[in-house]
Amino acid sequence: MEYKAFMIKYAEIGTKGKNRYVFEDILCKNIRTRLKKCGEFTIKKEYGRIYVVAEAAYDYEDTVKALQSVFGIVGICPVVMIEDTGFENLKQSVIAYMDMCYPDKNKTFKVHTRRSDKTYPIPSMEMNSELGHVLLEAYPQLSVDVHAPDILLQVEVRQTGAYIYSLVIAGPGGLPIGTNGSAMLLLSGGIDSPVAGYMIAKRGVAINAVYFHAPPYTSDRAKQKVVDLARLVSAYTGPIRLHIVNFTDIQMAIYENCPHEELTIIMRRYMMKIAEAIAEQEDCLGLITGESIGQVASQTMHSLYVTNEVCHMPVFRPCIGMDKQEIVDIAEKIDTYETSILPYEDCCTIFVAKHPVTKPRLAKIKESEALLSEIIGELYQKALDTLETVTVR
Amino acid sequence: MEAYFDNAATTYVLPEVAALMTRIMTEDYGNPSSKHKKGMQAEAYIKEATERLATALKAEPKHIIFTSGGTESNNMALIGAAMANRRAGMHIISTPIEHASVYNPLLYLEKQGFELTILDVDERGIVKPEALEKAMREDTILVSVMAVNNEIGAVEPVEALGRLIHEVNPGALFHVDGIQSFGKLNIYPGRMGIDLYSVSGHKFHAAKGIGALYANPKAKLHPLILGGGQQRDMRSGTENVPGIAGLGLAAKLAYENLDENTKHLRLIKERLIRKMCELPGVTDNSGDAPHIASLSFRGIKSEVLLHALEDKGIYVSSGSACASNHPGISGVLKAIGLEAELLDATLRFSFAENNTVDQVDYAVQTVGELLPVLRRFVRK
Repeated sequence: MEYKAFMIKYAEIGTKGKNRYVFEDILCKNIRTRLKKCGEFTIKKEYGRIYVVAEAAYDYEDTVKALQSVFGIVGICPVVMIEDTGFENLKQSVIAYMDMCYPDKNKTFKVHTRRSDKTYPIPSMEMNSELGHVLLEAYPQLSVDVHAPDILLQVEVRQTGAYIYSLVIAGPGGLPIGTNGSAMLLLSGGIDSPVAGYMIAKRGVAINAVYFHAPPYTSDRAKQKVVDLARLVSAYTGPIRLHIVNFTDIQMAIYENCPHEELTIIMRRYMMKIAEAIAEQEDCLGLITGESIGQVASQTMHSLYVTNEVCHMPVFRPCIGMDKQEIVDIAEKIDTYETSILPYEDCCTIFVAKHPVTKPRLAKIKESEALLSEIIGELYQKALDTLETVTVR
Repeated sequence: MEAYFDNAATTYVLPEVAALMTRIMTEDYGNPSSKHKKGMQAEAYIKEATERLATALKAEPKHIIFTSGGTESNNMALIGAAMANRRAGMHIISTPIEHASVYNPLLYLEKQGFELTILDVDERGIVKPEALEKAMREDTILVSVMAVNNEIGAVEPVEALGRLIHEVNPGALFHVDGIQSFGKLNIYPGRMGIDLYSVSGHKFHAAKGIGALYANPKAKLHPLILGGGQQRDMRSGTENVPGIAGLGLAAKLAYENLDENTKHLRLIKERLIRKMCELPGVTDNSGDAPHIASLSFRGIKSEVLLHALEDKGIYVSSGSACASNHPGISGVLKAIGLEAELLDATLRFSFAENNTVDQVDYAVQTVGELLPVLRRFVRK
């Protein structure tokens, strides 16, 4: 006896009224794409549910893991499929199923039968009590609880066969990617930005990403690390278009012309401007950053206010109210933490002031930026013109 | 133009070495322990390689043990010798300029209860024989000193040290990390009082993953890797036949052409140092090894210069990388008393015989162009 199919549970998309079929279709498509590497599956919508049916031998663990990375899925129920729906065979099958899934029989249970095939000779209620009866006979340690059973054993009888399931493996929740437009993630090599991308993607948003590279002050290894992080995030989001901006000239222009303690904040403003320009080209509807209030000098309320001022698009900051440890917990869950902490120290640190301003005033920053007015237009355009774009999957 | 000046990190594999290895991997792939013809054929490759390496060291085949590389050779020499001789004493002497593959096994031994004495070095990174003599005790069982330092190329007086050790305490063993000296200097361990000598294949145009340890059979040594009893029980595991054969051939070629090669290396090295030092704010820390130059560039973070050079096709190492990633290790630059400001401003250029004068001139010209640009951007 083995699992030949999975019943996919989804919650929120069931509430989207007439759009419901759009959401379901996208979810089916995302499941299909994600399972390509796991084997051959048919994905079908039936009676308001999605079923994933294995058409050939497949790896159970890999498949469950892949399904657990598809946003929109709330629960994954491994299903045993029985061809012979004769009642005797059904009885033997539920007995065998119970033994396979629950080695420890000291549990309460309830049988719930659905007959999609209304011509089946035995009514549901009768099936419930009969199947419950044979299970109690086979495993005397079991007991029945119809209100809050440990095990809800579901049997679904169809024309083509019967499905038996009870286990529910948690999915990632959220909404299917592609149901909510796309946004541009400012991806650094740190811990926070991959988490921020994950969190927004979870709400159905497709992800683009931008990375600011400053050779020779940041090394190719630092760049590779960002590519690796984008790849890890893409396990959840699907392929990510990663845009790599050569930021050295702008950084140097700021360094040479502006007050040193304001360098980081002015740099951040140009990063946002460039990210927004690329976002527009890519039809994104928002920016995503990993900022969290007060984490570093450039993320104080004052700094966020000054940085935000250059953007016209909404900027989403899903980590904004989280403590570092909360962000780390998510990074560990989505597997980006180990890569984020690799020590490819970027030499950008030589640009960072020992005492950066923590309460910048917008008027003052704009005055400082005016010092760049003669050169910055050209450098900004050059940064956009020399963009390198890779698709990471 | 491309200039690979990182030959102390690793070298290219000689085409004839690669060809030999390919043949062994695809055609003569037998297991030397097999009793049939294919096994004997594989055994013959090992025998030949052992003889070639023994010849280069003026040693005998029974002195040679093949390992997975320099790190394993050093581990085996230090941990293997310490464990085998612990009844005779628990005292070990070494230097502050050793590679991590010596230093970390020594720290491990210290945790196991051995006592460690680290000698001072002078401003050129050279161990003073008087200091060693003073540190030697009756319970000293092991002394470990590298032949050539990997960061600055300091050449240690291992022959003098070897003589001294055996005069003062005939029971003590002398290990020399020869990973940067093999194929560059004539070091004959048996004749120089060296009991254990570590060699790494990929530093002299053999493959990565292969190394050797010269071990005086009188030196008691415990094996670290146990198993099927290959290599006279000293290092179990099916022999890496292609790696071993490649190492043997590379060793033969290195020593056949040693004088000619080192003459060329010195020419390259000296030209680079002379011309670089004509640039403003550049100073030389190099030792006497023919293939390693260490230069400090005041006011520039070494990693930034390294990446800027990489962009121009010039590949070098930042000398302090090891030390900065492992704060516990006292790097050689610190040990020779280099001022703090230069510790993070030092690059290593290391050469192989295929490097050219043109490459040197190109590197000097490129550094000359980069220095003023990079010096505009220093940490304020």
